[in-house]
Amino acid sequence: MAYQLDAKIPAGPIQEKWTNHRFNLKLVNPANKRKFKIIVVGSGLAGGAAAASLGELGYNVECFCYQDSPRRAHSIAAQGGINAAKNYPNDGDSIWRLFYDTVKGGDYRAREANVYRLAEVSNNIIDQCVAQGVPFAREYGGLLDNRSFGGAQVSRTFYARGQTGQQLLLGAYQSLSRQIARGTVKMFPRSEMLDLVLVDGHARGIIVRDLVTGEIRRHAADAVILATGGYGNVFYLSTNAMGCNVTAAYRAYRRGAGFANPCFTQIHPTCIPVSSDHQSKLTLMSESLRNDGRVWVPKKKGDKRPPNEIPEDERDYYLERRYPSFGNLVPRDVASRAAKERCDAGHGVGATGLAVYLDFSDAIQRLGRDVIEARYGNLFQMYEKITAEDPYQVPMRIYPAVHYTMGGLWVDYNLQSTIPGLFVGGEANFSDHGANRLGASALMQGLADGYFVLPYTLGDYLAREADMNVKVGTDHEAFAAAEREVRDKIERLMAVGGKEPVESFHKRLGRLMWDYCGMARNAEGLQKALAEIPKLREEFWAEVRVTGGPDGLNAELEKAGRVADFLEFAELMCRDALHREESCGGHFREEHQTEEGEAKRDDENFSYVAVWEFKGDGEEPELSKEPLTFEHVPLTTRSYK
Amino acid sequence: MELTLHVWRQAGPDQPGRMEIIRATGISEDMSFLEMLDKVNDDLIRDGVEPIHFDHDCREGICGTCSLMINGIAHGPEEGTTTCQLHMRSFQDGDSIYIEPWRSRAFPVIKDLVVDRSAFDRIMQAGGYVSINVGAAPDANSIPVPKEDADLAFDAAACIGCGACVASCPNGSAMLFVSAKIGHLAHLPQGRVEHERRLRAMVAQMDKEGFGPCSNHFECEAVCPKEISARFIGEMNRDFIRC
Repeated sequence: MAYQLDAKIPAGPIQEKWTNHRFNLKLVNPANKRKFKIIVVGSGLAGGAAAASLGELGYNVECFCYQDSPRRAHSIAAQGGINAAKNYPNDGDSIWRLFYDTVKGGDYRAREANVYRLAEVSNNIIDQCVAQGVPFAREYGGLLDNRSFGGAQVSRTFYARGQTGQQLLLGAYQSLSRQIARGTVKMFPRSEMLDLVLVDGHARGIIVRDLVTGEIRRHAADAVILATGGYGNVFYLSTNAMGCNVTAAYRAYRRGAGFANPCFTQIHPTCIPVSSDHQSKLTLMSESLRNDGRVWVPKKKGDKRPPNEIPEDERDYYLERRYPSFGNLVPRDVASRAAKERCDAGHGVGATGLAVYLDFSDAIQRLGRDVIEARYGNLFQMYEKITAEDPYQVPMRIYPAVHYTMGGLWVDYNLQSTIPGLFVGGEANFSDHGANRLGASALMQGLADGYFVLPYTLGDYLAREADMNVKVGTDHEAFAAAEREVRDKIERLMAVGGKEPVESFHKRLGRLMWDYCGMARNAEGLQKALAEIPKLREEFWAEVRVTGGPDGLNAELEKAGRVADFLEFAELMCRDALHREESCGGHFREEHQTEEGEAKRDDENFSYVAVWEFKGDGEEPELSKEPLTFEHVPLTTRSYK
Repeated sequence: MELTLHVWRQAGPDQPGRMEIIRATGISEDMSFLEMLDKVNDDLIRDGVEPIHFDHDCREGICGTCSLMINGIAHGPEEGTTTCQLHMRSFQDGDSIYIEPWRSRAFPVIKDLVVDRSAFDRIMQAGGYVSINVGAAPDANSIPVPKEDADLAFDAAACIGCGACVASCPNGSAMLFVSAKIGHLAHLPQGRVEHERRLRAMVAQMDKEGFGPCSNHFECEAVCPKEISARFIGEMNRDFIRC
């Protein structure tokens, strides 16, 4: 049976929805909060913030992360900044404009009510972070500084040099540390969630593997929050950390949580290009660089001259040419496709021809090297370390790379999935960014979910569900069954006894996904991928070699489990991409484009969230649809010209 | 490139460890140091040998997970660089490279090159925060912070908590780490309120974890991948004597 999707959007004018909803949410008596146990999986901005806030409220929280410390979650790598509608620069920003820009930037595939709430709480986030001691950039007068980012014509991005994610995460980590010391949060680092446990259809716990001892453990709770990040590593090469994976979300999907818009992936336009096969990951160069850098390629095809020898009139500043009003600050999906188009047309630079220039010489001349160094010093340094080229002297070479996944587990307005008691926050859910996320909005969303949404909506769930007073113990049969499945999978992986390393399969899957489900997709390619993925999966289960044993630290076993899940999940992504016969945001179907090569949306037929339901191994997943209505941001063709 | 690696192998926390010689072949100078180890591990797995375990995650120098002593230097020969950002172009064909885990009593080895740095988390839990609950914050611009202070706070806050400072200190001292955390909050008005209590609590926890004392070698500053200044140690000592 298909899902009965109820987004539970509160009634009333959009500006009052969240306020009214908070009033209508049931509360848990302060004295009763400690009787509720809540599991938070993931300790990044969404998970760390949620665990800390829930701990502050007095809940009994258990927080899990696979890293050796909660401070290392991949939110830490976000560079450029965090958006908020403070309008400190007096340039015309407002909650409404941030809401509008985000819905439009997402190419009208996000839920209006959620996005409005996000814009509304964005200002509280900045207040909260400053109070925690996040050292945001400041002006000489002592007040906060802002910069601009893609997809917006106002400066609303707060930043901490090129390490904004790090500083925000440390803020959340510090709050979390305080709660750990107070005993409200128990932290389980180096622990990986391998399954979700349902009792009577409600999420009541998880099965984890202690990555140090190899012990398989059961944890029971009254509710579970997944804040486990995105699935960009399905492409093998991405800007994600090496450990980022889909396992927690995918296991929840297999247990009945709907997976929404899995094909919506963001390809970030400014990354250091791939240099060769040995490459293990891609490094992002913050979008903020496009504030001062100009993107160009040689006008002449295959021009091999060094960039500094190509005269001004032989350069094609293609973003400024195609999009005069937004110029180099067009949204990410537009910038990425434009780079691909130039490279495919033979204008690419560098050894592989798969790169464009990002040039700072004008900005350095205009502002001086010191200003540029103060703004982007660490990014320039990072670039030089990786490429051995000095970007103060020669333009950077950049190319798009997989960066973020807008798709994720389906959630309603309360951030609850289709499984009662399973809440999902941050990149792991689907709700706020539609088909394309704007820069500096991921940090905003993660913290909004963690600090300001989940602490309210979770309480409502606990207060409403009468059977919450009936505690479920880890001795329940459902825990035993889930644990058996987990152990069985580990045993099967260890027993394959093939010859090929896990990494090799991951690389091959990544290549397949990049070629057929990457920046541009078409029906033929997607069908090919759908035929190839099961073959690769079969080969994996026949040929993989997992060294070591099930006990103790075993990195190969960890990777094998994650890659096994990617090999199943990849199919879902391709299926979703194939069914969505339109182009929108990061999802570009070659069959659906304008004469100028821009994405062509089909609002009549595809203005919905595609939610996939697991139906069993070897069975096709079932599609349900949540229709999207746009009452406040009129559906228009997105134009940045 | 071809290299001779001398790698610390240790099967588990209570097992004896030893240096093992492993040949690295087919290495290109564009590889990062960890990609070189990936290649070596790929070869080991194909030969049916358990690969070398090492900690790593973001591979862009910010998460602080990677942690290798390379030829006796924490994070290797390049200044201001984490292991993951170190590239093989810093080495020569035919080189011998010694790879060891962080060495400190407070960081016990878990396996091969992987160590347990949870002592850092416990120091943070002792007081490394501003005691403010969600929802209680005033408007962000209500407290002006002089740019110089904010910049200095940032210089300290840039610490990635990797532990290189401890690993290279002859005393196994955690003073650079702790002083960076203290310094970050001490230079902001938000953090001043609890400064003395925080300082006492974090120093007490640091001592309890078994980190050694500081005797001003400043090896920590020399290897810090984020180039955190030892001035924060001076500041912390000054304030500690005062309180």
